[in-house]
Amino acid sequence: MIAIAQVTPVWYLVLASVVFAIGAVGLLVRRNPLVMFMCVELMLNAVTLTFVTFSRMLNDVNGQTVVVFVLVVAAAEVVVGLGIIVALLRKQPSATADDLTVLKG
Amino acid sequence: MLASLWQQLSDSPVPIDSVDLAWAGLAPVMILIGGALLILAVDSLVPRRLRPGSYALATVLLAAGAMVAAVPLWQRVQDAERGPFATAAGAIMVDGFSVFATFVILSAVILAALSFDGWLRREEMDGAEPYVLMLLSASGGVMMASANDLIVMFLGLEILSIAVYVLAAMHLRKITSQEAGVKYFVLGAFSSAFFLYGIALIYGGTGSTNLVRIATYLSATVLGDSGLVLAGLALLLVGFGFKVAAAPFHFWAPDVYQGAPTPSVAWMASGVKVAGFAGLLRVFYLAFSTYRLDWQPVIFVLAVLTMLVGSVLAVVQTDVKRMLAYSSINHAGFILVAVQAATAAGVQAALFYLAAYTFMVAGSFGVIAVVSRKGDIGTSLDDYRGLSRDRPVVAFAFALLLLAQAGVPLTSGFFAKFYVITAAIEAGSSTLAIIAMITAVISSYVYLRIIVAMYGAGDDVPAPRTIPLPAAAGLALVISLTVTMSVGVFPGTLASLAERATPVLIPESDPGAVDPSGVPPGP
Repeated sequence: MIAIAQVTPVWYLVLASVVFAIGAVGLLVRRNPLVMFMCVELMLNAVTLTFVTFSRMLNDVNGQTVVVFVLVVAAAEVVVGLGIIVALLRKQPSATADDLTVLKG
Repeated sequence: MLASLWQQLSDSPVPIDSVDLAWAGLAPVMILIGGALLILAVDSLVPRRLRPGSYALATVLLAAGAMVAAVPLWQRVQDAERGPFATAAGAIMVDGFSVFATFVILSAVILAALSFDGWLRREEMDGAEPYVLMLLSASGGVMMASANDLIVMFLGLEILSIAVYVLAAMHLRKITSQEAGVKYFVLGAFSSAFFLYGIALIYGGTGSTNLVRIATYLSATVLGDSGLVLAGLALLLVGFGFKVAAAPFHFWAPDVYQGAPTPSVAWMASGVKVAGFAGLLRVFYLAFSTYRLDWQPVIFVLAVLTMLVGSVLAVVQTDVKRMLAYSSINHAGFILVAVQAATAAGVQAALFYLAAYTFMVAGSFGVIAVVSRKGDIGTSLDDYRGLSRDRPVVAFAFALLLLAQAGVPLTSGFFAKFYVITAAIEAGSSTLAIIAMITAVISSYVYLRIIVAMYGAGDDVPAPRTIPLPAAAGLALVISLTVTMSVGVFPGTLASLAERATPVLIPESDPGAVDPSGVPPGP
């Protein structure tokens, strides 16, 4: 029988860093602007998890208040970001990041 | 009646527990945010369209009002008895550095608003939104420059950036503007996430996000394992690097500068960069000065890369907006040289450079906005051939601004580069100074290429065309040219202002505020 290890805060930190990395790599490899944007959200959520974990480890409430700020900022970013992406997709339906090549050089 | 009610309230034995705010210290930000909301409200409530230009006028007046509100702050922080102060529970710092940066950011707002006016009318897009977005973005920039807490700095960065994403994507009829907006947004959000992760790691390593407490903690404790803090610092640098377009995080800049509406670019290249560097200096020079030996080599590499990319790649461009985008990357490299020095002289040189650069670059993009044609097209080098014949004054002004960017004597650009290189040599990085001078020579080729195109004669000069010069854009040009030339002849005033604008770290005791517990604030 496998002994179940004690879940320490470090597990959460590692999980957060893995989620952050998934988001970062996803943004670089995926080509759909909406999916790229979802990857950014994934990264932000990984950061919130890090903040909460550190807050717990340090026994300090400030890290948890940060989460509220991050949520508000993420919401504001969604509003603006989706507006910009939808405006582009209206002009160029099925646009991917590879199609955005008018500007180059 | 009201007075007695007020008396009763203030005598009330139960103190209301709230954060102490020195409102005077926040006045510039409040004016910008309040004014932006007011413009938006007026725009939606007034049934008829206002006279064209009224929004631009309101924006200029608001920025000027915020400047007036910042003057007593400058006097206060320079006063030996009162000095700089922290407010909002130590989250906002009002010192010479923040007030200086506020002035520069507000100048950028004025220049960009003047440039917007004629441009929006030509594109038949006249409305309040660009001005509102720019004012809100400027409030974020001021917040960033005066942030004393990494979270406040993050909020400032986001307020600054989110508005600029919209400004970049604003031209709905133009696909390149949309493309620029999406690119800027995705990469900007990406870099913000890195920035935030950096804050999280620093919080984990030091136990605080307050710059003062971080600095105190780091100088008092020897960390057994500083990996967490160093990783956080590196991630913060990625975030700042994106915002100020430092190589290797510069890829968005040329595309976004080319596609975005030209007056938005004037703001992006001036105000956003000033705010980014103000935040960078505050975090690295102040809070992490104990880690100087760790971050200086990294900034060294970034500075070299940024200057080389900015100067060498500018040479092969054929679009003037792209050329100036690369040249602004080169300027960012120069400012990084000053940051790398990590001395008081370095900070002074960086501030001088930022102030001089703001007027040069906002003026240059103002010219591009005037010379471009309807649809925001006509920004290739060929469109500038014969400009000296079609619009001699604009061509002459553009030539002077470009020479200033190249660092020709008798312009502010010369002294900006001079102070940066002096600071670098004094700090013992002669290698960096030499590389900086070489790249300055390379990028002057780009500026001369534009000037030759404007003044050159020959068969390839197109037929004459009329280039309307809106009054507001002309005024912006006069302001930027006057500042550039007068600072170039008399650099002493700006230099002494920059010298007195040193950033400080002081704990969160606010002499002007009343402690809710009734205990006077400690020393």
